[in-house]
Amino acid sequence: MSGDALPAARETLRRRGEDPHRLGHRAHGREAVAGTGRGGSGPASKRIVVGYGFWIFLLSDVILFACFFATFAVQRDATAGGPTMRALVDMPRVAAETGALLLSSYACGLSYAAANARNKLWTQVLLVLTGLLGLAFVAMELQEFVGLAGRGIVPQRSGFLTAFFGLVGLHGLHVTLGGVWLATMVAQVQFKGFRPEIMHRLTCFNLFWHALDIVWIGIFSIVYLMGASA
Amino acid sequence: MFGKLTWSAIPFDQPIPLITSIVLILVILGVLALVTVRGWWGMLWREWITSVDHKRIGIMYGLLGVVMLVRGFADAVMMRSQQAFAVGAHRGYLAPEHYDQIFSAHGTIMIFFAAMPLVIGFMNFVTPLQLGVRDVAFPTLNSVSFWLTASGALLVNISLFVGEFARTGWLPYPPLSESAYSPGVGVDYYLWAIQISGIGTLMTGINFVTTVLKLRCPGMSYLRMPMFCWTTLASSLLIVAVFPILSATLAMLSLDRVFGWHYFTSDAGGNPMMFMNLIWAWGHPEVYILVLPAFGIFSEVFSTFSGKPLFGYRSMVAATLFICIVAMMTWLHHFFTMGSGPAVNTAFGISTSVIAVGTGVKIYNWIFTMYGGRVRMTVPMLWSLGFIFTFVIGGMTGVLLAVPPADFLVHNSMFLVAHFHNVIVGGVVFALFAGLDYWFPKAFGFRLHEGWGKAAFWLAFIGFWVTFVPLYWLGMLGMTRRLQHVWIPEWGPLLDWSLAGVAILVAGAAAQVIMLVVSIRQRDRRRDTTGDPWDGRSLEWATPSPPPFFNFAQLPDVEGEEAYWTIKLRALESQRLDPEPHYQAVEMPVNSAVGFFTAFFATVTGFSLIWHIWWLAGLGLLGAFVGFVFFAWRDVHEFHVPAEEVARADRARRAARTALLGERGAEAAAS
Repeated sequence: MSGDALPAARETLRRRGEDPHRLGHRAHGREAVAGTGRGGSGPASKRIVVGYGFWIFLLSDVILFACFFATFAVQRDATAGGPTMRALVDMPRVAAETGALLLSSYACGLSYAAANARNKLWTQVLLVLTGLLGLAFVAMELQEFVGLAGRGIVPQRSGFLTAFFGLVGLHGLHVTLGGVWLATMVAQVQFKGFRPEIMHRLTCFNLFWHALDIVWIGIFSIVYLMGASA
Repeated sequence: MFGKLTWSAIPFDQPIPLITSIVLILVILGVLALVTVRGWWGMLWREWITSVDHKRIGIMYGLLGVVMLVRGFADAVMMRSQQAFAVGAHRGYLAPEHYDQIFSAHGTIMIFFAAMPLVIGFMNFVTPLQLGVRDVAFPTLNSVSFWLTASGALLVNISLFVGEFARTGWLPYPPLSESAYSPGVGVDYYLWAIQISGIGTLMTGINFVTTVLKLRCPGMSYLRMPMFCWTTLASSLLIVAVFPILSATLAMLSLDRVFGWHYFTSDAGGNPMMFMNLIWAWGHPEVYILVLPAFGIFSEVFSTFSGKPLFGYRSMVAATLFICIVAMMTWLHHFFTMGSGPAVNTAFGISTSVIAVGTGVKIYNWIFTMYGGRVRMTVPMLWSLGFIFTFVIGGMTGVLLAVPPADFLVHNSMFLVAHFHNVIVGGVVFALFAGLDYWFPKAFGFRLHEGWGKAAFWLAFIGFWVTFVPLYWLGMLGMTRRLQHVWIPEWGPLLDWSLAGVAILVAGAAAQVIMLVVSIRQRDRRRDTTGDPWDGRSLEWATPSPPPFFNFAQLPDVEGEEAYWTIKLRALESQRLDPEPHYQAVEMPVNSAVGFFTAFFATVTGFSLIWHIWWLAGLGLLGAFVGFVFFAWRDVHEFHVPAEEVARADRARRAARTALLGERGAEAAAS
């Protein structure tokens, strides 16, 4: 018999082989699947432990950002007679920044798909593209900050500007550090290949990079859009 | 070249810090010399410094915590004696700027570098054993966490010798802590020491949330976990939720101080009240981060020494999680007097009172655990009973302070000082000593001396009350906290009483030291050969004392609550152990020096940031990055313990258990 018989069942088995814990395909509840760490079936597999731990880290990072969002909300009007948000917003630039960051995230997702298909060339190409788009974002943001400083708009001027530069700068710092991480990931994929621990790190990097997008959406809406309309 | 650092940073003109530093340096050099002479470096490096074993890391946390506890206690003795001596015309022996550093250092050290390491040390040592697993979720990260905490502690101690420490209290309130009013490096020492150790603590929180939720032995479902694991989980969840707030707040204050930004300044749109809100949004949950694991320790002790399962286990779990959540809703009660208005104050007054309900549930559960049980008055049990008495009174003064109009009368007074010492000493410190005595045989293989342990308890218990009842009284009389000089002569006698209490506490500390020395000298007589010295109920007592580095030859299969108790009863009934398993090789993580190197570079970076030596800070960060890449590049992450070695260790354990079976069986037959 050829492989044509029972195609759905074979497909299911193949998928289980690739995803032994059937992440996202199991009903919640009593079913105990070894390696998931749920329902008393014993310790979870490394893949799950690493991903889970990184999610917890991301939650803590989101709280870090929440503090800076909160200070921005508190100090928005504390301009001390200096410029307001309206004077800062350069919408075309912010739109370009947003575009670069979102495209970067898209490239990152594609690179992960390529990594899952164990295609080294496309993984690397897309990771480098991810990094270049991230670099473009950081460069545009730096240019924005330098331009503002040239007009005397610096954090030392007022509580509002402190909160603005603090929040946006913290995100920029995250993207920069993410870029450094990305560079080491490219090197690791190149020299170590798709070993399990490298795959785990790629998973974490993807989570990190997408989380930065979500934070940026918050900054874009709350800082720039609401600031332009205020 | 060296930023603000010059020779004038060394306090040549101040005898007290100078002599303390010299003694400290001599002690450190002496220890290093001893290690060198005995040739212990290789052993220390392989077995401890680079260890990723949760038990070893737990013990190192404990050592760090005890050393810093002594340092913080020395500060306390100086504060209490200065106040007793500086009444009326007398001036005492500490200058104001020095006294201010001492009370700031006392609070900072006690919370961050004594209580936190000790609590985290217990979490490290006990939790994986109780969950029936071989290590935490991220063993190497665990080592990094420990060494970062040690790095922060080191920076605080360096401030004694190079420069100065903060004079702003244990939480550096702006605008006082801004560079305009605190131009020295004291606040910077505080900021970077806490920032570095705070990152370590955050990673511990992440590690333990993941461990408890994802790494449990087969059958260990949530409602079968020992109470201590639940409190570890709740405490770790709080760490993940609030330590980022601490990092953010300290980073903002650093930006204000270094670059002249305006987060918390009193001019140019800065907002000092924002600091109060942020720091207490971390600070209040912090006390529950400390006290929840303490509650876990008491739960284990009450249940074990009453010979009964914990009364109301599920209500205990619910109360723990209730406290975990409500802990984040009470922060404003730390500044009722700062003008939030009656509506806000009322809301926070109510939430603060409500949190006492969860604690009340726990108190009743512990009392009912003892009811009808065969209570054994061991040393851990004495600490636990002392805790109930002390903590209930501390809780009641707390509820008093939770009522805003009452709080206005005693806010920032010695009454407040007495209250929080009442709950933190009575809650956390008593638990740490109970836990020390309870788990010491598991960690080191021999029991502590009972007589000296009891002496230490009674001295600490009596000393505590003699010290702090006068402070409650003084608070009611209107004495504010942090006074370097006391003008009202009528307060003198009460301060003398308090100092007498401190003398009793010093005797208690001496009793602890004697207990350790005597026990170590008699260790061969005090050996715990059984692994189950207290007739315990949870899985750590299923291992030998001390446990092998892989904890369990085979992961236990848990069938109900009180996993080890079930196994033990079955063995006693049938007079035989469960059949020998088929031993397999065990996979364990390899040692790693990454924690030590990260902490080294963190210390260098922190020190240079404090003194504005920017090039060195950059170099430190670069070093840390290179270290991480080097670590990421390694190829071997695990090694295998051969099945024969596992079998040999486990057969020895089984032989000891079989002997115990005969002993206990004979006891049961005789009674």
